[in-house]
Amino acid sequence: MKVERQWNTLERDTAQRMEAAARFIGPGKQVKVEDVVPLLEAVVRPGDKVNVEGNNQKQADFLAEALCKVDPAKIHDLHMVQSSVPLAAHLDVFEKGIAKKLDFAFGGPQSGRVATFIREGKLELGAIHTYLELFGRYCLDLTPRVSLICAYEADREGNLYTGFNTEDTPVIVEATKFRKGIVIAQVNKIVDKLPRVDIPADWIDAVVQSPKPFFIEPLFTRDPGLVTERHILLAMMCLKGIYGEYGVKRINHGIGFLTSAIELLLPTYGEELGLKGKCCTQLVLNPHPTMIPAIESGWIEAIYCFGGELGMENYVRARSDVFFTGPDGSLRSNRALAQTAGHYALDMFIGSTLQIDQYGNSSTATANRVAGFGGAPNMGCDAKGRRHSTDSWLKCGREVPSMNELIGDMPRGKRLVVQGMETFGEGRAPAFVDRLDAWKLAENAKLDLPPVMIYGDDVTHLVTEEGIAYLNRCADLETRMAAIRAVAGYTEVGLRAKPEETKRLRDDGIVKTAADLDIDPDTATRDRLAARNMRELVDWSGGLYNPPARFRNW
Amino acid sequence: MALNTLEFECKAEAASVRLAAPVHYGVVGSGDLEVILEPRDLEGAVTVKITTPVAGFDAVWRKVLETFVNRAKLADVAIDINDNNASPAVVSMRLQQAFAETAA
Repeated sequence: MKVERQWNTLERDTAQRMEAAARFIGPGKQVKVEDVVPLLEAVVRPGDKVNVEGNNQKQADFLAEALCKVDPAKIHDLHMVQSSVPLAAHLDVFEKGIAKKLDFAFGGPQSGRVATFIREGKLELGAIHTYLELFGRYCLDLTPRVSLICAYEADREGNLYTGFNTEDTPVIVEATKFRKGIVIAQVNKIVDKLPRVDIPADWIDAVVQSPKPFFIEPLFTRDPGLVTERHILLAMMCLKGIYGEYGVKRINHGIGFLTSAIELLLPTYGEELGLKGKCCTQLVLNPHPTMIPAIESGWIEAIYCFGGELGMENYVRARSDVFFTGPDGSLRSNRALAQTAGHYALDMFIGSTLQIDQYGNSSTATANRVAGFGGAPNMGCDAKGRRHSTDSWLKCGREVPSMNELIGDMPRGKRLVVQGMETFGEGRAPAFVDRLDAWKLAENAKLDLPPVMIYGDDVTHLVTEEGIAYLNRCADLETRMAAIRAVAGYTEVGLRAKPEETKRLRDDGIVKTAADLDIDPDTATRDRLAARNMRELVDWSGGLYNPPARFRNW
Repeated sequence: MALNTLEFECKAEAASVRLAAPVHYGVVGSGDLEVILEPRDLEGAVTVKITTPVAGFDAVWRKVLETFVNRAKLADVAIDINDNNASPAVVSMRLQQAFAETAA
């Protein structure tokens, strides 16, 4: 039966809100700094889903702070839907009673407060997502009514330039604006002409020039001076036993020192192994400064970026064969598309974790911090919708003895998901544990399930100083657990390894030590690194890389 | 920073390797350690003395040292370790490197 109703209530509601806001919005959609709080009080209504842009890189910090200043008597019970909550202001809105519920992907420095607020009943947690999962929900059941976003520049009409750090902006604006939502942008500067238009003016409702430039974190810069011989040994094992063994071309690197070591070994050890041109040719990766020597040595064909990285602007601009850049020459990053490429187009993810359990499940969650995982679970899983093949993907799948148990004799490949770390991490915390702290967190923060970064059945390879466990070659859980024990060193899990069992696994090629790979640990020295400090990275770049002040240590 | 001293003795199952001269390896940098291996008549046993800021890892230290002594089949050696928060992986590596020096 046909229902009798109005079919444009959202549109009418938005028009009413914009009418109430009209007196704060001048020509070119510009709003004065002192009018931002009244503007928010005019366009936001109790119970709204509100997005504040920010991920682990750029932050709409001025608008986040403005939202904290609205009158909680007028605006309350907001449902925050946003990538991450790294700023104090992101949690202050819960403290003040302006917001009530949170759906997010990544906690960052506020993750301790998230756990406390949940326990105290100040914050109701919807779910912890991966980025793509959350973006997907923006387009379905978590569509923001109002979004507070962030750009470098706006022009006199309200067009936006998000440039190097485009990141999450397109997906937020698209989901909000095309469901009749309201989009407010903070910009560093209002100019006559933009370098390029990233977001068209008619998708934007109001623009404010913030009193100071938005906050941005150089999260992907690793000083080569801090790469240790242990990182180098693990990196050598990875290059020989995994990159070379499988001929992996399309890769995402996590942000730890192991992957920095790998990046810095490509032009040296990688070339010794003859892997140039055969491995690591395309990457989904932020512009890591430690990639400079490999790029300069001609290893890399293409890099697609989630976001930017401070100091890499000029270098990227001068290497447009490798990076995706706009007609103006600057990088175009896009988190949603990078995550999509990471999910479907990669053959391998390699990164580290804080804890891995005896079954191979891993998590960076600790008992009192609701940290979230950002994008790692999208990179670190086997995308079930993948249908194209590559040699490394097919080889990894062919080695899975249980593949035929569910799909008969049908061939199928498998994404390589590599977790590499020392058996004991910082402060001698064991990386291998019987039970993840994530279980305690689930209890403390009343979560439906322990937050797992990468599930054991997705992990194909584990690398520690003891060797590589080829988990994809294990027929059953019992064999997997034995292979995990064999590389778990002196942790409680590792001490349960039985020498005869480990020998059998080595004979079967399921576990390989450095010696099995013909690598002498004594040769894992820092002189193998293509760059040993920040200064040498700058030299490799021909002076194009401009490290942030805190990394200028020479 | 308070330092702990840990002393124990162990005996390799097939102890047969003796040192001709003492050896010193490594530096007490952050996350690192120095190892001194010295020949001493101990009726085939090996003594271990560890000075470390780390507390609560006695069992792991013992296991790392026992594994090393057994693999190297060491006899009649006094091992002296000055540690600055090295991980078990680093400890294990430095012991092997020190032992390799004696063979060189």
